[in-house]
Amino acid sequence: MSAAQTPKPTWTGRVRDAAVEALPPEKLLPDGQPTYVASWIYIFGVASIAALVVIIGSGTILALKGPAWWHYTGIGHFFNSIHLWAVELFFFAMVVHLWGKYWMAAWRGGRTRVWITGAVTFLVAVPTALTGYVSQQNFDAQWISTQAKDGLNSVGVGAFFNVTNFGQMYSYHVFLLPLAVVGLVAAHVLLVRRHGVVPPFELDRTALATRLPQDGGPPPAAPDDGDPPPGPTGVTS
Amino acid sequence: MSFLRSKDDTGPWQGAYASYDLVKELCIAVGVVALLAILLTVLFSSPDEKPSTVAQWSRAMPINFVATAAKELDGTSDTAEYGPPYNHNSGSVQHFLFLHPQRWLGVSHPIDTAQDYVIGPLETVPGNPGLQSALAAYRAAPEKTQKAWGEAYAKPLEEYETATEEKKTPPKTVTLDPSSDAVTVQASGAGPVPALMGGLLSLAQSGGLDGALLTSNQFFQTDYTKPLLFMADGGLLGERAEGDHLLGEQWGMMNETGSYPGQVWLWLYTLWYQVEPIKSSSNADIQVMLIMGLLSLAFICIPFIPGVRDLPRRIPIYKLIWKEHYHAQKNA
Amino acid sequence: MITVLAAVFNLNHPAHVVEWHFIQLSVANLIVIALMLVVFAMAIALPFPGARARATARRTGGDPK
Repeated sequence: MSAAQTPKPTWTGRVRDAAVEALPPEKLLPDGQPTYVASWIYIFGVASIAALVVIIGSGTILALKGPAWWHYTGIGHFFNSIHLWAVELFFFAMVVHLWGKYWMAAWRGGRTRVWITGAVTFLVAVPTALTGYVSQQNFDAQWISTQAKDGLNSVGVGAFFNVTNFGQMYSYHVFLLPLAVVGLVAAHVLLVRRHGVVPPFELDRTALATRLPQDGGPPPAAPDDGDPPPGPTGVTS
Repeated sequence: MSFLRSKDDTGPWQGAYASYDLVKELCIAVGVVALLAILLTVLFSSPDEKPSTVAQWSRAMPINFVATAAKELDGTSDTAEYGPPYNHNSGSVQHFLFLHPQRWLGVSHPIDTAQDYVIGPLETVPGNPGLQSALAAYRAAPEKTQKAWGEAYAKPLEEYETATEEKKTPPKTVTLDPSSDAVTVQASGAGPVPALMGGLLSLAQSGGLDGALLTSNQFFQTDYTKPLLFMADGGLLGERAEGDHLLGEQWGMMNETGSYPGQVWLWLYTLWYQVEPIKSSSNADIQVMLIMGLLSLAFICIPFIPGVRDLPRRIPIYKLIWKEHYHAQKNA
Repeated sequence: MITVLAAVFNLNHPAHVVEWHFIQLSVANLIVIALMLVVFAMAIALPFPGARARATARRTGGDPK
């Protein structure tokens, strides 16, 4: 096609170009990590995701069989137990991950949105759990719903979010809130891939002035630019 | 640098990369977490305490049931006096300074306790002319008379409940027939109310009231608000909750039934309810919600808060996390 | 038909509660909180595998291609 006949960019093309520019494949799925990623604290992010996978998996089985199933079959109770313990593990891993990221000040270097999406994920996970607790159709659900209603009513939220309405709570729990959590986690992870894992604090600030670029690597960027150079590419043997 | 942006000299990493298999890590993590969840399931299972029903409540605590029903009829129960979103009263309406969100959002789930919990269900009871004529007499009376009947009937029951709570000898004006679980209240000037309450207790004990409260509007129903609020006005749920350490003053918000771990992440939310002046405030809920709302916002905005965002630099836990990196840097 | 065994430990009895001043925590919750702290401490203290590979990478200006 001649230059005079360059096709008009399509929406699809623009989305694709923006996505590839923000996250080229070698950045989206890198083969390596900076050498400072050398602590067990780093596994708690992926542990949280793993717990979320188990929650959704066990939750899917429970959803397939309906909300009453786990009360009258052993296998149903088994999957309900997995779901409950996976939730405990999810919050456990998230809290340890949060502690680690706070003490690393992981919002540095342009990573503010990483922190924000992570914090909001935690805060959305709390009502996701609440809607689960009030959907249990047992005494715990009766008590939690009749108690929680007062807090929610006091701020007017009870007018459109009724914890004693099982149908509404089940819908929020099985679909709406997990969608929100998964969306937030996806945004969080994509932002981490975009900006890279936060580098360590400099012990000696004068070391900044003497920091040399890697041989053959790109020149050092301006200090406030949080984006790392493209990560390692290619396939290791 | 502006106040909101800290002096952040974090530049992009210029150093070395080592091989790190993220996909393999995720697969291992899912496997390990799944196995851990299964192990915990095999070791401990999960709790499933059966729900209470109105029938069980009326059989286990018939006097408490009748006392609650009497309050629903004369409009003095917690639900009857609650306010939005159930009705236009103000017994449980909270505000903070000029903020009245509960009022602003209005009545979205109307409950008329006398009609929904007493009159309506009794109207469905067939083949009981005595009950139907008591109902007709009640409906025909002016509101002032209905109120007077209700108060006359409720007074001995209130005295009975108070004496029981204070572990004193209850008055003999309220008696329970152990063979039939029927409750007799000696109250003059109560009109047809004793007959209504007797009829409602029978309906409840037969199991008919559970269904009547649930399917009053339509055949298919998933909204348990009416039966739940009715039971919450009574004493059975609270009695079970106290045994399971689920009451507010027992930090119950964090707890699960039995000896299972609960919702540890709610520790700060429930802590505020244990400290004055919030503890004894009639606006405790909105106060705690606002505090937690502000703290949640602060949590999201930590990168912008001076002091809080600088603490990780000042308290060098990071030296442990990155010890290998600093050691290598020192030796280089 | 899968036979599911009952739990090894039966936790369906009223919780034991630890009281300290105005704080009341169930033993189960206390264990969870303690475990979080212990796991966090261990995570930042214990060495992470792959130190040799990382040292080689640092020496060679490593970039795993």
